[in-house]
Amino acid sequence: MLEIRNLHARIAEDGTEIIRGLNLTVKAGEVAAIMGPNGSGKSTLSYILAGREDYEVTEGDILYNGESILDLDPSERAAKGIFLAFQYPMEIPGVATMEFLKVAMNSQRKARGEEPLKIPEFLGRVKTAAASLDMDIGMLKRPLNVGFSGGEKKRAEILQMKLLEPKLCVLDETDSGLDIDALKIVADGVNALRSPDRAVIVITHYQRLLDYIVPDTVHVLYKGQVIKSGGKELALHLEENGYADIIGEAA
Amino acid sequence: MNVHARRQPTAAEAALVDAFVDRMGELPGDGEISSARDNAIEALKEQGLPSRRVEAWHYTDLRTLLRSVAPYDSAAGTNALPPIISGSAIAAVSNGVSLVAPRVDGVEFQKFSEKLSEGSVIGDLAIRDGDDTIGQINAAYVTDGWAVSIAEGIELGAPLELQNIQTRGQGHVRFPVKFGKGAKATVIERQAGGEGDGFSTSISNVTVADDCEITWIILREHSEQSTQLAQFIATIGRNAKLNLYVVNAGGKLVRQEVHVLAQGEGCDFQLRGVNLLGGDSHTDVTMTLGHLVENTTSVEIVRNVVTDRARGVFQGQIKVNKIAQKTDARMACNTLLLSDDGEFDAKPELEIFADDVACGHGATVAEIDGNHLFYLQARGIPESEARGLLIKAFVAEVVEELQDEELVEALEGILDKWLAAHV
Ligand SMILES: Nc1ncnc2c1ncn2[C@@H]1O[C@H](COP(=O)(O)OP(=O)(O)OP(=O)(O)O)[C@@H](O)[C@H]1O
Ligand SMILES: [Mg+2]
Repeated sequence: MLEIRNLHARIAEDGTEIIRGLNLTVKAGEVAAIMGPNGSGKSTLSYILAGREDYEVTEGDILYNGESILDLDPSERAAKGIFLAFQYPMEIPGVATMEFLKVAMNSQRKARGEEPLKIPEFLGRVKTAAASLDMDIGMLKRPLNVGFSGGEKKRAEILQMKLLEPKLCVLDETDSGLDIDALKIVADGVNALRSPDRAVIVITHYQRLLDYIVPDTVHVLYKGQVIKSGGKELALHLEENGYADIIGEAA
Repeated sequence: MNVHARRQPTAAEAALVDAFVDRMGELPGDGEISSARDNAIEALKEQGLPSRRVEAWHYTDLRTLLRSVAPYDSAAGTNALPPIISGSAIAAVSNGVSLVAPRVDGVEFQKFSEKLSEGSVIGDLAIRDGDDTIGQINAAYVTDGWAVSIAEGIELGAPLELQNIQTRGQGHVRFPVKFGKGAKATVIERQAGGEGDGFSTSISNVTVADDCEITWIILREHSEQSTQLAQFIATIGRNAKLNLYVVNAGGKLVRQEVHVLAQGEGCDFQLRGVNLLGGDSHTDVTMTLGHLVENTTSVEIVRNVVTDRARGVFQGQIKVNKIAQKTDARMACNTLLLSDDGEFDAKPELEIFADDVACGHGATVAEIDGNHLFYLQARGIPESEARGLLIKAFVAEVVEELQDEELVEALEGILDKWLAAHV
């Protein structure tokens, strides 16, 4: 589903290279965990997948279902089914959450040549999704993410993911800021989306999340490269030993 | 006769002054009205159009900006427009001629042309001061309009829409409106243009008596060829509230002056401005506000969206008299700049002679936040739509303060239309 080949990317503004020859393959139906020390480039990779213009790809390619997505803008990528749950979801004053959800869903439908959702159908979907995440629907009348607590923001990201039904989900530290109950609810939400035609990339620092969302593969990112890949036992190894020995091995 | 101006008049100045001889015969009113007109045209001839050296016109150098003046076009008249809120009473003027008076209980309508012919409005044609170019042009050439009088204690169930339609050609109108004590009403002053080259002036002279609650919305949609110079002049009585909205959504060269006197204790004035500026337009909102007595309050919030090569100006002058203790006056002007070639100048001016007051002002200029844009796009919203949402969000705060849902929707509709055409 996703194939990243020898990707090099730098910050457009000052030319600093952050991703330095990264290779990663994620198959349909797979849950891949990406771990790695702070500053290793995990969020940057997620932004590049989503098409953020602040980063410039200088070498390599990103293939999604066999096609390069480098020339697509973020909205086109989203319409093709790529979804990023942000590490730090943005607060957008003045844009009502409901209105935003409707525009987002209908934009994607339009891009795929589908009819816009009728209002009752839309509201029904939002209600169901919110209930499954134990979210108060009243919150959605507020401006997007404005004044939401850290945990509420993360839940709102998963709500969007449920509603948009993407094919490739990238979750950037969705577990941070969540209390234990919320973590379980969010993990259930993600697990409910697991399907043979969908892939999930979970970026996390902690095994705890991976107890709930059990990964098929685990990849260690360091200085903009995947330096080690393995099965779910690799995460357990990291939990016990930290990154030192793996980094040492790779050096 | 005055001595001729020392300098060669510009084409627009010549057109404005020379037309008087031709028009004189058709202008309603004689005697004192005629001499008020004569005085106005003399003052205009003497001073010419203001240049940037005139402080009140510093950012709108009319002498340079007004290149030509659309000639009168007797065929430019139209029917009234459908109102923006269904069920509104409509009093329309098209091409400087009033149409049919609506019937509203407790409200009297009289054509301003009749008032001119009767000679009952001499004071109204007075010119404010030497910088009052709009007053001069309008007093010289005004043909019609609506004089409206709302009886004491009347609460209007539906808005009153005053339409001034100038699709092309030239027109000069007035709307003297008196609200009796305790009246409650929403008035929409619709300044509408067409596709053509137009030149118009419009003056609304509003008396808000004690205890009134008035919402007045000036809604301007003119073409990229038309020039409009307008004034909104009001006095506010004791414990009365005046909420004024100025929405500019089109026009090549626009100056909207707002002159308000808070003259009754406990009164409140609110100004909300929405300037949607595109193309090569130049739009100026200039306010003077006087707090004359104790315990009066005012808030002005102006939101500007500037794209293309458009230029905008907001001048806000607040004067607090020596006896006007406990005045609370706040002013904010925020601009969203969408292009490098756009420009917005904000000039706040506080003149405070009382010592126990709370006054403040602030101005900001920002671009669309790239992070916000990315977030929306990452959810599948195409860039232009995402920009539209963010621009709307910027303006919506001000629009949504209007309690009336229909009004909010109508104004958001105008915003959508403007966005579709410009972003
Ligand atoms: N736009 C930017 N401007 C400057 N530096 C940047 C920018 N984006 C990323 N970086 C730098 O690139 C490096 C990788 O950052 P990134 O956020 O991808 O790390 P991360 O692996 O997600 O870390 P964490 O675990 O702390 O979330 C960091 O050193 C960061 O400071
Ligand atoms: Mg990160």
